[in-house]
Order: sequence, then C-alpha cells, then structure tokens
Amino acid sequence: MDRRLVENFDWPIVGVLLAIICIGLMSIYSALYPQIQANPAHNLFIKQLLWLAVGFTVLFCSLLVDYQVLKRLSLWLYLLVLISLVAVLFIGKEVNGARRWLEIGGFQFQPSEFMKIAIVLQLASYFSSKDVQPYPGVRKLILPALMIIAPTVLILAEPDLGTAIVILCISGTLVLFMGIRWRYLLLSAVAILPMIYPVWEHVLKPYQKKRILILLRPDLDPLGAGYHIRQSKIAIGSGMFGGKGFLNGTQNKLHFLPEKHTDFIFSVWAEEWGFVGCVILLVLVAALIALAFRVARRSKDRFGSLVVVGMASLILWQALINIGMVIGLLPVVGITLPFVSYGGSSIISLCLAIGLIENVSMRRFVFQNR
Amino acid sequence: MSPRKNKPLKLENLKHFNWEVAEASVFQRHYLLLLVLVLVVLFIYSLRLWHLQVVQGAKYRYQSENNRIRLEDIPAPRGIIFDRNGIPLVENRPAYHLQIIREDVQDLSQTLQELARLTGRNVEDFLDVLEANKHLPKFVPIRLAADLDRDSLARVEAQRVRLPGVVIHLEPKREYRFNKTAAHLIGYLSEITESELKSEHYEGYVMGEDIGKFGVEGAFEKYLHGKRGGRQVEVDAVGRRRRVLDEVLPISGRNVWLTIDIELQKAAEACLEGRVGAIVAIDTNSGAVLALASNPVFDQEKFIRGLKRDEWQALSKDPTHPLLNRAIGAAYPPGSVYKPFVALAALKEGLISTETSIGCPGYFPFGNRRYRCWRDRGHGAMDLESAIIQSCDVYFYQTGMRLGVDRIAQYANYFGLGERTGIGLHGEHPGLIPTSSWKRRATGVPWQKGETLSIAIGQGFNLTTPLQITLAYSAIANGGKLWQPFVVKRIEGNGPAMVDEIKPRLRRRIPIDDRHFQLVQKGLLGVVEDSRGTAKAIKQKSVAIAGKTGTAQVVGMAEGVNRKLLEKIARHKERDHAWFVGYAPAGEPQIAVGALVEHGGHGSSAAAPLVQKVILSYLGIEADEPSKK
Repeated sequence: MDRRLVENFDWPIVGVLLAIICIGLMSIYSALYPQIQANPAHNLFIKQLLWLAVGFTVLFCSLLVDYQVLKRLSLWLYLLVLISLVAVLFIGKEVNGARRWLEIGGFQFQPSEFMKIAIVLQLASYFSSKDVQPYPGVRKLILPALMIIAPTVLILAEPDLGTAIVILCISGTLVLFMGIRWRYLLLSAVAILPMIYPVWEHVLKPYQKKRILILLRPDLDPLGAGYHIRQSKIAIGSGMFGGKGFLNGTQNKLHFLPEKHTDFIFSVWAEEWGFVGCVILLVLVAALIALAFRVARRSKDRFGSLVVVGMASLILWQALINIGMVIGLLPVVGITLPFVSYGGSSIISLCLAIGLIENVSMRRFVFQNR
Repeated sequence: MSPRKNKPLKLENLKHFNWEVAEASVFQRHYLLLLVLVLVVLFIYSLRLWHLQVVQGAKYRYQSENNRIRLEDIPAPRGIIFDRNGIPLVENRPAYHLQIIREDVQDLSQTLQELARLTGRNVEDFLDVLEANKHLPKFVPIRLAADLDRDSLARVEAQRVRLPGVVIHLEPKREYRFNKTAAHLIGYLSEITESELKSEHYEGYVMGEDIGKFGVEGAFEKYLHGKRGGRQVEVDAVGRRRRVLDEVLPISGRNVWLTIDIELQKAAEACLEGRVGAIVAIDTNSGAVLALASNPVFDQEKFIRGLKRDEWQALSKDPTHPLLNRAIGAAYPPGSVYKPFVALAALKEGLISTETSIGCPGYFPFGNRRYRCWRDRGHGAMDLESAIIQSCDVYFYQTGMRLGVDRIAQYANYFGLGERTGIGLHGEHPGLIPTSSWKRRATGVPWQKGETLSIAIGQGFNLTTPLQITLAYSAIANGGKLWQPFVVKRIEGNGPAMVDEIKPRLRRRIPIDDRHFQLVQKGLLGVVEDSRGTAKAIKQKSVAIAGKTGTAQVVGMAEGVNRKLLEKIARHKERDHAWFVGYAPAGEPQIAVGALVEHGGHGSSAAAPLVQKVILSYLGIEADEPSKK
C-alpha cells in the first residue's frame, strides 16, 4: 500500500469529529437517562454506540476505493437512489402520515438520507466534466437543475420538508461554488418572486397555508410547535453561562418528548453546559468545515474539490438549520444535528460523507512534490 | 460571485495553466466566501445564545426550576341530537375522572390509600392501572377511575388540597335520554382505534377520543365531533396552575336535528316488543324518515360506559343480532307486497287493463307443475282490483308471465328496489331484484321460466329491505315521486347563522301514468276497506288506510342473518315472515309505514295491526272500539 495514502490522511478532521460525537453521546445519555434507568432493556444509548460502530466501519470502507471511481458510478448511484425515492412513495412504511422508510430484508433505511450523498456525487461529476467551466452558461445549468428538482419533489411528496430543504441547500452550495453569474440569480429572482402571491392565494389549500404559517410563526400552534420552542428556549436559557452540569438538566421533566434526543438534542447540551458548551460546539462545527475546505483546496482535481465541498455542506447545513431551529431563529422543520442527534440512517450517511472527504485528502499526492 | 475581471473564463484562457494554478484560484475566493458566511451565521447564533443564556438566563433558570409548563387538554362537547320537534335525544353530561400526576405526588402509597377510601375502590385496582401505564412520563396524568359518582367526587374534592398530584378531569360524556330507543338510528360511540387514528379521515383526532361508529353518531361524525382544544399552563411545584400561557379553545360539535318523531318512534318500538323485525315510517311528501325501528335493540349506555369483553361477545354472538338495523341492513323476500309493482308494470306496458279477467282455480299449471295459489279453493274470476284485494297469486302468475322477469325488474328498479336508497347511514343493504342476465352471471345457469312465477309474487331471489319497500309504497301513494330518504333535517352550529336545512331530494319521477297509480291505489284501499280484503281487520272508521299484506316464505330468509344458527336455536320459528306496508289517509297520503316481523306468520295478523297503530299514533287518532265488528 502506498505510504502517502496514510501520510495524507487528515487526522485533525477525525479529531474534531470525535469531539462532536462525544458531545452527542453525553447529550443522548443525559436526555435518555431517566428512561434508561426505568427500562434498561430498551437502551437507545447502547444502540447509538452500535450505530456509530457501523458508521465508522462505513467510513473506513469508503477510504479503500479511489474516489475517481465514483465519478463514473455517480450517475448510476443517483438513479438507483432516485428509483428508491419513487418506490418509497408506493411501498414505503407509513409513520405518522409520511412515507419515508423503505424496508429491504428486515433492514430499514431512508432513501432520502442517501440522496444527500448521491446528489453531491452526481453534481460534482457533472460539474467536473471537461466542457463545463466555472461560471457555467445557462445551457450547462439546465441538466443540474433537473437533477436537483427531481429528488426534491419526490422527497416533498413523502412529505419530508426538512430533508428537501437540506437537498436544496447542498445542491445550491455546489452550484454557487461553481460560480453563478449575477444576472442568472437576478433573472430567477424576477421569475420566481411574482409567482409567490398567486401560488399562495390560489394553489395552496387553507390547511397547507396554515402549516407554512406555523412553520414561520410557531406561536400560532401553541399546542404543537409553539410548545416545543417554548420548552426548548427555557431549557437553553436555564443553562446560563456555565450550565447546570452533566445529568443535572431538568429538561427530562419537560414535555418535549419524543424529540429531545433527536431534533432537540442541542437544547439538552445547552442546558447542561451553558453558553460555554454551546460556543465549544459551534467552534467545533466551524473547525470541521474549515478543515474540510482545506482538503478541498488541496485536492488534485475539480471533482475532488466539489465532492469535498458538497460533503462539507451536507454536514454544515444540517447543523446550521437544526441549531437555528432549536434556538428559535429558524422554522421548526425536522432536521437532526449531525453526529449529535440519535439516529442510525443519518449517522451512516454522515460517516460516508466524512469518509469521502478523507478519501480525497488521502489521494491528493499525484500533484504533490514527490 | 462574478469573476473579478468581468471576463468570463473560457477554456482557451485556462488550458495554458494546470488545475492548481488557474481554476483553483477561481475557487479560492469561493472557499473564503463560504467560510465567511458560515462564520457570520455562527456568530449570529452565538449572539442569540448569549441573549438566551446570559442576558435572560436568570429568568429561564427560574422558570425551569420553579415552574413547569404543561399541556392541558380541553375536550370539545359533541353536538346534541334532537328529534324533529326539538326534543333532545342525546345530550352531554359532565363526567369526572380521577387522575393522578405521579411527579407531583408526595407519598404515592398513602395517596392511593386515601383515594381508595374516599371513592370506595380498591388500592389494588389503582396499582394495576399505574403498573400498566408506568412507561409514560411522570408528568402525564393517569386516569385511576372514570366517571366518579357525586359523593365520591365531593369527598375527593374536599380533600384535594391535602393530596398534591390528584386531579379531577372533567369531560363531557354522551347521555342517551331515551336509552334503547332508536338505538340503531342514533348509533353509539367507541374509542378510536389505532388504525383509525392513522387514517386521513380522522386527521386531528387524538388517542382516547370517542368517535361515532354507527347510525347517525357514525354517519354525522364530521359535524357532531367538534374540535378539541388545549392550553399551555404554567404549574408550580405541587401541580397547581399558576397561569395560562396560551389557549386554543375547543369548538363544540354541531347539533343535529333528526327527522324522526320520538313519540312515533316509541310507538313503533312498542309494537315490535317481543318480536324480531322492523318498522319504517316515511313522510310521503318529502321522504323524511319519521320512525325507523328495529328489534331487538341494544343498550347504548353500555357503549359509553365501555363495553366489557364478555358483553361485546354476548352482543355479537346473540343469534337475534341486536346490532343489526333490520330496517335498512337486512333484506327479505317481499312476498305479496311486491304484487302492486307487478300490476303497475303490466298496466303501463298495456298487458292488462281493468277489463282483464283471469280465472283462479287455486293453482296455475305451468310445464308439468302446478303453481298453487295461497287459497286452495281458488278465487274464481279475478280482475286487477280484486286480485290486489284478495292477493290472488294466480292472477299475478299470469301477469308476471306476460311481463317476463326483466321487465318486472325494470319497473321494480324504477321504484328503487334492488339499490341502496342513499339514506346515508352505515350498513345499508342494497337488496336484490333478479334479472335473467344477473342469474347467468351469478349462478351460471340460464333463467328458468318457472322462476318468473315466483318472482311475480315476490318470492324467489327477490330481496328487499323494509325501508326500500316503504319508500316504494310512498311513491305509489303520492303518484310516482320516489324520494331519497333522510334522517337528519337540520344541522346547526353554535350560532343562529350556522344552520343548514336539509332539503328533500327527489330521486326520480316514476314513468307510470296517474290513472295506473289510481287503479292500484284503489286496490290497496280495498285491502283494508273491502269485506274480502286481506287486512280488513285493521279498518278504521275515522281514517282510510290503504296497504298490502305480504307473507314471505321463510326459505328465502333474510340475507345477512346467520340462518343456521337462527334455525338451530329457534326451531319453532319456521313460520313465514309477515309484511304489511300501507299509507294513510288514502285520499291525500301523509305517511307510509312498512312493518316486517321475522317468522311472524301471516302479514294480515302479525304485521298489519302494527302499521295501523303507528299510523293512528302519527295522525293522533284513537283506535275504534275493537268489540264491534
């Protein structure tokens, strides 16, 4: 094996990642503490550890193959996930009125979770082809637009607004990163803005309008989202500067079950570790992104850079949207905090993302001084 | 993000450089921009966190330690059900449930013992309930005892200050003012099931809610249910409410006015006492259902109390099927009450007239068989009127032969037989009017001509519900207007402005001439008024009743009834089903009434008197002295 592969492995990224995972495990343990004590057999903390083990196996495996292979495979991967997104609408398992889960051989997964990876690879592959230049013309943007719209519509139909937004943010980041001319941005704004009012007035049904309004103003739904946000704010605020200390949070008594260990995990951390803990977590997120960008800059080719930027933005956007929602700055859409929230599907796709970043980092030596 | 020198980068310009130098420099700024963007957002987040945790931290710390915020549920009262005259049939009464919030309790075992003493219940039962719900979070109220009686309630309420964590939860409960009366029509409630919760139909419902499952309660669930509300409240350390933070008021269900008259309904049900059967009364001028009785009945209060497993089993296994609404949900061979439709078909088709005379020797030879008339001696020469009055089978065998099965079916369909009436209640039976093509499809055997004879006298494959037959007679009475029956005449909201009146709906105008109707009406009047009429026993001086008796052979027993079981348990019940359908006053009809008594024997003796009683009750007329004949 090439020694340079190991030499170029980016250890700081793994270090930051482990720190974030530690924060996650501590928060999950604390959030579930009363439940684990009441019913030790149903221990989600242990389950999370198992998921992490699986995740790291995935991470390791994703290092073994040169990422250049993905450039050719990406279209097939993308189509495969797209088909499973169609399938999930018909044969998916329905939970709380939404079809998001596909079951294959007793193993359940969310195709939308893998679409985040697949769309990055596919866009990176498309944008790195020789006849697409930075600041691509309109004709070069039609295909990527379709690639983005198709999965977004399918995921919206599940319905899973949160994931659809993340897909849009990730793809948008990649398109902006390739460079988009100002006039295209202006043109699309001019085209879309006048549509908003007629769509709002005539296309949306009253209950759909209500849902969107609640999204923007949780206080309109005092028994649902508004209640969650109020509890979340109390939990975060009560942490004050230094926090209440590990396992000393009282949020367990508060009624934002069942999402306290998933969507609202940040408020658990914020309550027990205070402002200091929050800033540490934010710095870690920033560090992870900065380190990933360093890998992207050093990459030997455009495909590598784009893959890394896409994977980093996948982690970044979910973190930003989740924290923004929990601290009451953004609408409440169901998005988890990467590597902190409980959840299997998301850990695996996130580990895959980190694995691909490292993959690019390890194989940058072609253009290095030998 | 336009390139710095406004010159779009072209492949030609780039190809001299390698990737690192040329393209990377373009992307260099983009990395920087993205990173700056991220840092700005994270900085804003830090400011927000500073505001929440440091500036306002003390306030939130206080709230988290001294107060807790809870969600309380405010149930919506269900709509009230009135009869046509505004007499409330189903109302709501307050029910007080004893609940406990474990988190607020100081000494659980002592509290439970105290509660057991105050309510006269067992501590063990309470412990069982707690054990079953121990997986719930500690702040969730658990119902220890439902529907406390007045005395227990007063005792608990007096001691509640000493018992932190004990909560009395008020919930409106259904109260059936006339329990067991119109039970099938009104229906019952039961707790929403998990699969129903998931269905789109019950969006916005929560666990533990009652939903209408049958009758009007079920069919008008959408209006009756209302929408529950809730409130966010701040409570102190012992669970006392500090203040209400936010509240969503419940929306009461809308009130429903039935078309039935509860007095008439009671009269009809009294007629069915001790029998198995159904009575339907219809307003011949609108199709409004005035009474819809089915016997045996069930106890609606039992459903509200919560049916125990063995009670439910007993109900569903009862061979007389108390839950079956026989007026709409069971179909029986119509027997002779079918004959007027055959007569009208033949008149309209010009196959018979008033002149037509058919001799009845007591049988009708067909093929190598003799089809018997019910009167072995025969009726002699019969014309249309006397054939209806005396219900002569031979006359209708002949008429039926002339029409053929498919033409009979066509006219029966005009009268709404063989299809659901659209009354809007669950479990309506469509009945069956056979045609030759139907038989070939259903059995694979072609139609036999002899079968037409059975059909012509309402036997064979024919199946009709009491409601269908009564509506069809109402159409004869009013000269061809077939109404869509309805049981709800008004749905009112909470304000006077929100009133929806339900208007009568004509299903169709039957394409038969008035003079034909008049001929048959004359015959039907004779059934009661003529000295040879099959129902002359119910003749009244004060009001002219018209109608027709029917005796349906039990071989074609009601579909939907478990026949084997029925027969096993009631061997003696091999008698025929008795029918009588009539309307009154004969000149200008107001009400049509149909009665069916399962295994009642003859229509004239078992069913006709019931119809007479219901008609007299509706018209408010005293029955003639029975002694004089």
